[in-house]
Amino acid sequence: MLKTEVLPASPQMHIPDGFLSLSVAVVCWIVAIAGIGLALWRSRKVLGERQVPLMGVLAAFIFAAQMLNFTVAGGTSGHFLGGALAAILLGPWAATLTLTTVVAIQALLFQDGGLVVMGANITNMAVIAPLVAYGVYRGVRLLAGERRWGSLVGGFLAAWISVVLASTACAVELGFSGTSPIGIALPAMAGVHALIGIGEGLITLGALALVTAVRPDLVEAEQVKARIGGLRWAWVGLGLALVLTLLSPLASPHPDGLERVAENLGFIEAAQSAPYEVIPDYVFPGISNEALATITAGVAGTLIVFAVAVGIAALYRRRETARP
Amino acid sequence: MHINALDSYRPGRSRVHRLDPRVKLPLTLLFILSVALMPDRSWVAFGLSQGLLLLVTFLSGVGAGLVQRRSAVALPFTLAALTVIFATPGHPLWTLPGGLLTVTDAGLWRFLSIVIRSYLSVQAAVLLAATTPFPDLLWAARALRVPRTLVAVSGFLYRYLFVLADEAQRLLRAREARSAAPGGRGGGSVVWRARVTGAMAGSLFIRSYERSERIYAAMLARGYDGEVRLLKYQPLGEEASLGEG
Repeated sequence: MLKTEVLPASPQMHIPDGFLSLSVAVVCWIVAIAGIGLALWRSRKVLGERQVPLMGVLAAFIFAAQMLNFTVAGGTSGHFLGGALAAILLGPWAATLTLTTVVAIQALLFQDGGLVVMGANITNMAVIAPLVAYGVYRGVRLLAGERRWGSLVGGFLAAWISVVLASTACAVELGFSGTSPIGIALPAMAGVHALIGIGEGLITLGALALVTAVRPDLVEAEQVKARIGGLRWAWVGLGLALVLTLLSPLASPHPDGLERVAENLGFIEAAQSAPYEVIPDYVFPGISNEALATITAGVAGTLIVFAVAVGIAALYRRRETARP
Repeated sequence: MHINALDSYRPGRSRVHRLDPRVKLPLTLLFILSVALMPDRSWVAFGLSQGLLLLVTFLSGVGAGLVQRRSAVALPFTLAALTVIFATPGHPLWTLPGGLLTVTDAGLWRFLSIVIRSYLSVQAAVLLAATTPFPDLLWAARALRVPRTLVAVSGFLYRYLFVLADEAQRLLRAREARSAAPGGRGGGSVVWRARVTGAMAGSLFIRSYERSERIYAAMLARGYDGEVRLLKYQPLGEEASLGEG
């Protein structure tokens, strides 16, 4: 019983080996390694020698917190993922490292997520999710000023958006791999996780409220940072939202699921008499032109994410040097 | 909670167990990589890979049943790939009632290939975890140039996972003791239940954070200076070469 309670983190988001094409896995590894590298460098500056014990124990916290569940309705239950809470309380870089080790150990110890595709799982859950969560949280805090609702609304939105965006990234990767047509995978994944995200948002909100009440110093330390770096992080939030909007038209070059089926049917009818051949055994969803277009767009999207990450680091560094 | 309740390591003295983790981890990764490179419908290669896995399972003595049971963990994800059955152009095999969805042969083969590749990979990962103690895996990861900090953090995660899982279990037990849940509904609205769970997560966070402060103080008292030092493992010996493979 204990085992089953700890094991299932969120199987719909931990991609197992075999579901991604090698090129997608490699691109994801590049993004993941860039994110981890930045995070290592940044968090070492902030945490110093406290880095290992603090992040290690809090990684174990995220693992254990995923055991906390609550009944939603009719025997289904929601449980805590913890990415947004980690980003809000630890800052985005320490959260990235913490979540990276969580993803790695879920794969190594429990086979929850693959080894060769681990780069994709790290990108989704340990790089995209905490960065987005932190950007959104900072943005809302900035809008709310000193008022208390800023922290709570920001926490809820950060959790919701990070869960949805991570699942979107997962769907995009599956789409590029030809495992699941993006026109089906994207709405399905984003839809399911829009619901899961509400639970995540409520739990994050409850957790933030409790931490603010019991150890206000932990949240306050972040508030001081918010006044200094709030604007920059709001920009990061905006930047990532931009990336999302850039990614969503990617879904359109790929035919929608039903459209595709109709196309298949049309093709099937036509194939009996048609003089042309549409590569009968071709397995990649989408014709080569479209595939090429989407891959180009995907590379562009990846570059944008990377540029945003590098930009953050540059801004961060300038601020550090500007301050005595 | 005892560490054995969660750990997937199965102690043993087989050749597979004794193989140096710095060889075993890269071998597993290479195997999964080669499976990922197999094209669709390469049934012979799939069969040979499965044969190799069965051989290693037999040699390791962890039991084929255990490996299969643990490998089932990745099966729910196959749902994500189900749509390729209908969405891949090919010869129609069967049309669902209603005529909207048609199963194509290319789609079916693609789906089967994805599931088989995934299942082969998971079995390899299960075998690795079942025959290698976790600290050895970390050591191997370090040998593969995984950043020192990540390895050290993973080591802490493993060390405190079971401590904090106990803590979480106590919180869950306390909640159950306080709110009777005969029909699985612990009273209150969904929002209320979610916020209670949130408060549990918050207090688990504070307990973890304070524990990490105590651990850090204890480490400082023992001369910690930011570097995690471990007793040296011996260099890669001759027994790790072909003879043991």
